[in-house]
Amino acid sequence: MSFPTQVIPNFSGPNCAGQFFCWDWVGANWFSVLQPALIQHIWISALAVLFGLVISIAAALYAVRNSWFEKGFSALATFLYTVPALAFFLLMVPITGLNVGTVLIGLTGYTLLLLFANTVTGLRAAPPETIAAADGMGLTRNQVLFKVQLPLALPSIMAGIRIAVVTVISLETVAAQVVQAGLGTPLFNAQRNVFTTGLITTGLLAIALALVADALVVQLQKLVTPWVQARR
Amino acid sequence: MTEAHSQRPGVEIEFRSVTKTYPGQDTPAIDNLSLTVPAGDICCLVGPSGGGKTTAMKLVNRLIDFNEGEILIGGSGVRDVDITALRRDIGYVIQQVGLFPHMTIEANIGVVPRLLGWSADRIKARAVELLDLVRLDQNFAKRYPSQLSGGQQQRVGLARALAVDPPVMLMDEPFGALDPITRNEIQDEFLKLQNEIAKTVIFVTHDIDEAIKMGDRIAVLRQGGVLAQYGTADELLGSPADEYVADFVGADRGLKRLSLRLMRDLVKVSGENHAAPADAPTVKGSATLRTGLSVLFASGSRVLKVTHDDDSATVIGTVTLDQLQDAVYETAPKAPTDVVVAGEA
Ligand SMILES: Nc1ncnc2c1ncn2[C@@H]1O[C@H](COP(=O)(O)OP(=O)(O)OP(=O)(O)O)[C@@H](O)[C@H]1O
Ligand SMILES: [Mg+2]
Repeated sequence: MSFPTQVIPNFSGPNCAGQFFCWDWVGANWFSVLQPALIQHIWISALAVLFGLVISIAAALYAVRNSWFEKGFSALATFLYTVPALAFFLLMVPITGLNVGTVLIGLTGYTLLLLFANTVTGLRAAPPETIAAADGMGLTRNQVLFKVQLPLALPSIMAGIRIAVVTVISLETVAAQVVQAGLGTPLFNAQRNVFTTGLITTGLLAIALALVADALVVQLQKLVTPWVQARR
Repeated sequence: MTEAHSQRPGVEIEFRSVTKTYPGQDTPAIDNLSLTVPAGDICCLVGPSGGGKTTAMKLVNRLIDFNEGEILIGGSGVRDVDITALRRDIGYVIQQVGLFPHMTIEANIGVVPRLLGWSADRIKARAVELLDLVRLDQNFAKRYPSQLSGGQQQRVGLARALAVDPPVMLMDEPFGALDPITRNEIQDEFLKLQNEIAKTVIFVTHDIDEAIKMGDRIAVLRQGGVLAQYGTADELLGSPADEYVADFVGADRGLKRLSLRLMRDLVKVSGENHAAPADAPTVKGSATLRTGLSVLFASGSRVLKVTHDDDSATVIGTVTLDQLQDAVYETAPKAPTDVVVAGEA
């Protein structure tokens, strides 16, 4: 991952003075600023959701059989979710430093509640008669969990991923107030300089990214839960 | 066909003084139950709700563990084998079917074979064979359970239970959720199937008529898991052990007994052929005595002509009203005459 170093909008390059939206600026800064920021934004969001997913699924698999763990993890995830984003990133800096890792950890924290709750709900949603049949057929407890409950939780997990992806893409722009990373950086700089072209361009890029990511997750959802589609 | 479908016919199941008391309960759910299901027989467990039918069945594959006694399958105790190995080698069918919604029909059938490490080719071939056996079209293989009707789902449930050709099957009200027409169809087909595969089946039902139809033997449980009577349908109907059983099999048990035998058999038994008037009603040899009686009553005649199944013009003999009455009465010399059935004056 590379960091965009040129963060201040270039007023002196193309003449954008007084214009509400200046295509020349977008063209001049696409490869140097916007594209790297977009790519970094994608990476950070994807990794945050991926880490969140791995942690949440592991925790949920343990939680379905240990109610004390479910309560504890749920409380932690809820706490992380309720801390205001900006405060959270600021509080993280002394611990993890001024780097992308801080953003990643923070965003991962935000996904946990959504992903954990949805996974637990999904694991519990397996029809009781399906589990009774599985027991009777000689599946072990772990086989019931991994071969029956986990796949049956996929629709619920995918619904969680959808919300988490959009949330993370949008929250990541807030993180730039603390650590320079992703689309939040040009957005933050444009905001400081009241540079409408920069604001609009980065804002639209973030929205477009969220929409595309959401559409991709929906497609992925259809791909991994063919039995849900079959019902229609 | 038969050989391909089943290489492992049923083995005997024996309950030896089995008692099960659920934790925290004063009275047992199964009380000192002893019965033997001969290899290849269907044993129907009937009784009131809460009488312990499901409990008794689940003791066999140890979904529930008994406190006392012993259960033997093919001579070896169910506690002497690994519990998962035991269950994988016993077909299990429940009323709610419980197919895996996320798996195709083919994959559902292949669950236990996969656990046992069968090759993909072998599993596929077995699925094809089983779909045939339960009379489902091959194009069901790639469908999901939610795309099937209730009756079709239970056929898959049967196929899945038969996947590894287990010698023993446990079925808990397997056709209880189906509409009467579908139920009747699938009962008939299961009986046909059983003729080929000869598994030992424990079949739970609360419907005495289903038990009479399906069971080679019927075990009647009473409240508290006590065995009230164990015998063939004919024994239960002809000589119920007590008032409870008589009540359970129904006041119309005489008629039910007529359903157990065919007109053809009575013609053979009677030997001589009574001369029948030309206008005597006719009935096919494959009809039950009950149907014969109904035809007789409806016609006002006292004698029936029994015809060949495929050719209603060929009379194979006659049966009289007296013969029909004797058929119910004579084979039950021990029938208690002093039993007063509730509701009958
Ligand atoms: N898991 C359990 N824990 C405690 N008691 C139970 C349990 N399962 C069943 N029982 C009790 O054991 C008795 C027998 O229940 P069982 O389910 O075997 O009856 P059943 O004959 O199958 O009834 P039904 O026709 O309603 O299915 C009932 O009194 C029931 O309340
Ligand atoms: Mg029951």
